[in-house]
Amino acid sequence: MRMDIEKVARLARIKLTEEEKVIFGNQLEQVLTYMEQLNRLDTQGIEPTSHAIPIFNVFREDEVRPSMPREEVLGLAPSQEDGHFKVPRIIE
Amino acid sequence: MDLSRLTIHELHELLMKKEVTSREITEALFRRIKEVDRKTQAYLLLTEEEAFLQAERIDEKIRHGEEIGDLAGIPIALKDILCTKGIRTTCASKILANYVPFYDATVVQKLKGEGAVFLGKLNMDEFAMGSSTENSGFQITRNPWNLTRIPGGSSGGSAAAVAADECIAALGTDTGGSIRQPASCCGVVGMKPTYGRVSRYGLVAFASSLDQIGPITKDVTDCAIMMNAISGYDPLDSTSVPREVPDYKQFLIQDIRGIRIGIPKEYFIEGMDPEVEKAVREAIELYRSLGAEIEELSLPHTEYAVAVYYIICTAEASSNLARYDGVKYGLRCKEYEDLLEMYMLTRAQGFGQEVKRRILLGTYVLSAGYYEAYYRKASQVRTLIRSDFEEAFRKVDVILSPTAPTPAFRIGEKVNDPLQMYLSDIHTIPVNLAGIPAISIPCGFSQEGLPIGLQLMGRHFDEGMLLRVAYAFEKNTEFHLKKPDLA
Repeated sequence: MRMDIEKVARLARIKLTEEEKVIFGNQLEQVLTYMEQLNRLDTQGIEPTSHAIPIFNVFREDEVRPSMPREEVLGLAPSQEDGHFKVPRIIE
Repeated sequence: MDLSRLTIHELHELLMKKEVTSREITEALFRRIKEVDRKTQAYLLLTEEEAFLQAERIDEKIRHGEEIGDLAGIPIALKDILCTKGIRTTCASKILANYVPFYDATVVQKLKGEGAVFLGKLNMDEFAMGSSTENSGFQITRNPWNLTRIPGGSSGGSAAAVAADECIAALGTDTGGSIRQPASCCGVVGMKPTYGRVSRYGLVAFASSLDQIGPITKDVTDCAIMMNAISGYDPLDSTSVPREVPDYKQFLIQDIRGIRIGIPKEYFIEGMDPEVEKAVREAIELYRSLGAEIEELSLPHTEYAVAVYYIICTAEASSNLARYDGVKYGLRCKEYEDLLEMYMLTRAQGFGQEVKRRILLGTYVLSAGYYEAYYRKASQVRTLIRSDFEEAFRKVDVILSPTAPTPAFRIGEKVNDPLQMYLSDIHTIPVNLAGIPAISIPCGFSQEGLPIGLQLMGRHFDEGMLLRVAYAFEKNTEFHLKKPDLA
């Protein structure tokens, strides 16, 4: 197995069941084997493409514009209080 | 006359002549939806009230003799990945099951501005990850031509709804073929525009360097009309390109003499479906007879495209979907001890199997020690794939291929074999990696009566050429006029 599925799941912040660990582990192993074919290509010195269309920094005038309405943004949150998103305690 | 069976341009003419009202058209569509959607299961949500309000607004304008555009009063439906103000937008995911955006996607706003009537939101693979719409968190959409078959994906609801006359046209999105492959499976027209041609603002992100919004329509003329409405630069999407948009209708001319069409030999491989090959070969002969110059060519890195794509798209997805953490919007799991457990359980409960699989794969290929071997390598091979096209377009104006290697496969056939599912996008993926535009049009039927699609690929921002070449085919064939029997 190439992939340490428990470690990857932890990094991805997804809790997997024991069954999922086995199924995903096998399926992803198969996919990674398929991807090995890329190693047949010599890519030394080739620039990587991150966007198909050349994109440069996009600037605009630094003008004050209305932001997203706070009430509506907070209205979507599973839990909120006093204008903040509410999460479980993170500082002991 | 059943108004639901008509095209945008046919209905526009009837509206202009005051022979029908938008209200009557909208009624006909909801009648049709009520009749057949229990079979196709294309819609996730209907917005009947809003639709009739909009239809009446347009009828009022027409009564007052105001000038109206091509899309005014025309019933359209949206893939449920596009944000609609005040209307639930789920991405077919349980994690967004109750998400109601407070803003419209730019394309939605543009279509509203044109006076289009929105019928509702269409099913899809969860977060657009899939090729069959079986990965929806809510329901399985069926192919109107054969209810035991998949409609394609991820825009399967959009293609099925257009094919079944449950809307006049629809918007889909295409990251690796998600407009073209379902259009091919359902016998309709689907275009993936050039990356940057259409604003992605308000499109729920899957793989940002590949995603693009585009139309699914009943014919090529309607495709041009929709492209006119949705194209253009948007300051809210910094990857949209500030470049003039032509009137796409001007390319609908029946003359393709001297146009050079390239046939890439890598797309006609041993073991391809013989009926697909036959239909596409016949299309090539038709083009030859219409005066096009046919030229065989090579896109040598095609075989690597699927591997490159599933590294890049999963890497981008793992990063994009990190936002679903149960804090700002969407689902939060009921019980948890601490913040970390809240994240882990929320995502475990909210995401379906394929989304989890892709996030895991993307996390792995980006993780320390593997980045160079996978993500960087894939991005370099992406350069080679892009150069293949650049080279080819020095010799030809358009590249022609099948859209999908087979007609629509059976529901359930590939769900447990992700690699086989990924390989069904083999002809559509290179286009997204190169950022070029492509269109799928119907070019035949299998003996079982399933549609077969033809793909035309073009130069960056040369959608006009694709429309012209597609239009010439349509004017000389009748595949686009055939309708599935859903009685």
